[in-house]
Amino acid sequence: MSSSRFIITVIGIDKIGIVAGITQVMALYNVNIVDISQTIMDDLFTMIMLAQIKEENFDLAGFQQAMSEKGSELGVEVKVQHEDAFHFMHRI
Amino acid sequence: MLIHPEEILETIKMVTSENLDIRTVTMGINLRGCSHPDIDTFNENIYNRIMYYAEDLVKTTNDIQNLYGIPIINKRISVTPIAIVAESCDAADYTSVAQTLDRAAEDTGVDFIGGFSALVQKGMTPGDLKLINSIPRALASTNKVCSSVNVATTKAGINMDAVALMGKIIKETAELTKSNSGIGCAKLVVFANAPEDNPFMAGAFHGIGEPDCVINVGVSGPGVVNSAVRALNDPTLGDISECIKKTAFKITRMGEMVGKEAARRLHAQFGVLDLSLAPTPAIGDSVAAILEAMGLESCGTHGTTAALALLNDAVKKGGAMASSSVGGLSGAFIPVSEDEGMIRAVQRGSLSLDKLEAMTSVCSVGLDMIAVPGDTPSSTIAAIIADEMAIGMINKKTTAVRVIPAPGTKVGDMIEFGGLLGTAPVMPVHEFSSEKFISRGGRIPAPIQSLTN
Repeated sequence: MSSSRFIITVIGIDKIGIVAGITQVMALYNVNIVDISQTIMDDLFTMIMLAQIKEENFDLAGFQQAMSEKGSELGVEVKVQHEDAFHFMHRI
Repeated sequence: MLIHPEEILETIKMVTSENLDIRTVTMGINLRGCSHPDIDTFNENIYNRIMYYAEDLVKTTNDIQNLYGIPIINKRISVTPIAIVAESCDAADYTSVAQTLDRAAEDTGVDFIGGFSALVQKGMTPGDLKLINSIPRALASTNKVCSSVNVATTKAGINMDAVALMGKIIKETAELTKSNSGIGCAKLVVFANAPEDNPFMAGAFHGIGEPDCVINVGVSGPGVVNSAVRALNDPTLGDISECIKKTAFKITRMGEMVGKEAARRLHAQFGVLDLSLAPTPAIGDSVAAILEAMGLESCGTHGTTAALALLNDAVKKGGAMASSSVGGLSGAFIPVSEDEGMIRAVQRGSLSLDKLEAMTSVCSVGLDMIAVPGDTPSSTIAAIIADEMAIGMINKKTTAVRVIPAPGTKVGDMIEFGGLLGTAPVMPVHEFSSEKFISRGGRIPAPIQSLTN
């Protein structure tokens, strides 16, 4: 693992309050947004964020759980994955 | 943003709806330092050594799974072939060693442990013979132990005494595990040209050319390849090959990333990445389905071998470009019980044992997870093994046989193993006897292909 940057994806049926709900959890865990894009892809609300974690001993599992709990509350699927998972697969 | 949103969504789709997974993270552990004449001390040495290296294996792989969001299905251990390290034991039977391996597997939390193995391609030592004779009881009295015996290589030829013996051992193993449809045989594989760095069970063992502790990773994505091929609009076979290559490349990169991270965290050397299309019983995660996506009405019909050759070659090419550590078996697996498309092809009558044998000449392993009637004579099983070993020996490739003569079953019955091992339709074998041929014994000499020095 070369950095502490994570890709957060939120996919689901569009409704009011998704961005607010998700970013609230991120703020609670002190997770910073580096970049954010939001679009409707294949009829689905899709939000992709590049997030940075600054703390040394960050509770990743706890954060992932809190994010997916918030996701089920909002009726969307939330994933938090290290950015290398995407870099490695698509870039040489 | 540095990564394109479509690439991100592609990766997520591969995992969530196309069954892309890291099939296994396998820790290979050298047991050569464990040898001792007293079997109790020997067992204790083995247990301690496995616990020393593998205590954190499961926790570490789970952490990596969460970090990247890529499922890691199995955590496994492979050890130095037990026949080698047990040679100096004065015990007559090695069943207790298998039980020790099982206990270590249980305590570390891994799914399988492989290496109750012997390499007897040119002949058997007393230790090899003791190990082979212990296999039925070893597999009947353990849950997680896998066993393999290498009976042929291109360099040495085929040890037909061992082939004949393995026919009997497979029958005995089925008999001792008959309450579970002969499941012991699902954990026993007979090899030609066995690779020393293979992370896939039941054939995994820690080869003698390997370092002390190594992490090998097996990646699998038949579902991903299947959906990529199906998405093509009226492709030529060249287009299909190109598409499979690109997909294999992406899958391999994922495996390399996980393997290197696992090795780093576990203070082990990163060994190989085995990019294999290993199917699962899940719908769509099927090698047969890929062959059918190329335009065959049912897997097993004329053209299947050609389609499989195209697939296997494209997978290797894509993988070779993506990583410098591609090893193991790397290619397409064609187990019957674990592949929903293969099961259906057998039931439809389009896929026979003979066609499967032909297909093994162009795929990664061989006759894998095939159920045959319970009353199949051991000489017929040995002859099936001999044919498969001949394909491996002559073509300088790995081949294997994992066949289950499920006690009390007849052609057309279905036997259930559960989990990744799946459901096997009992397939017919030829009725004509191979008894006399198999009972001759001796060794089929190494072919002219062996003289490459």
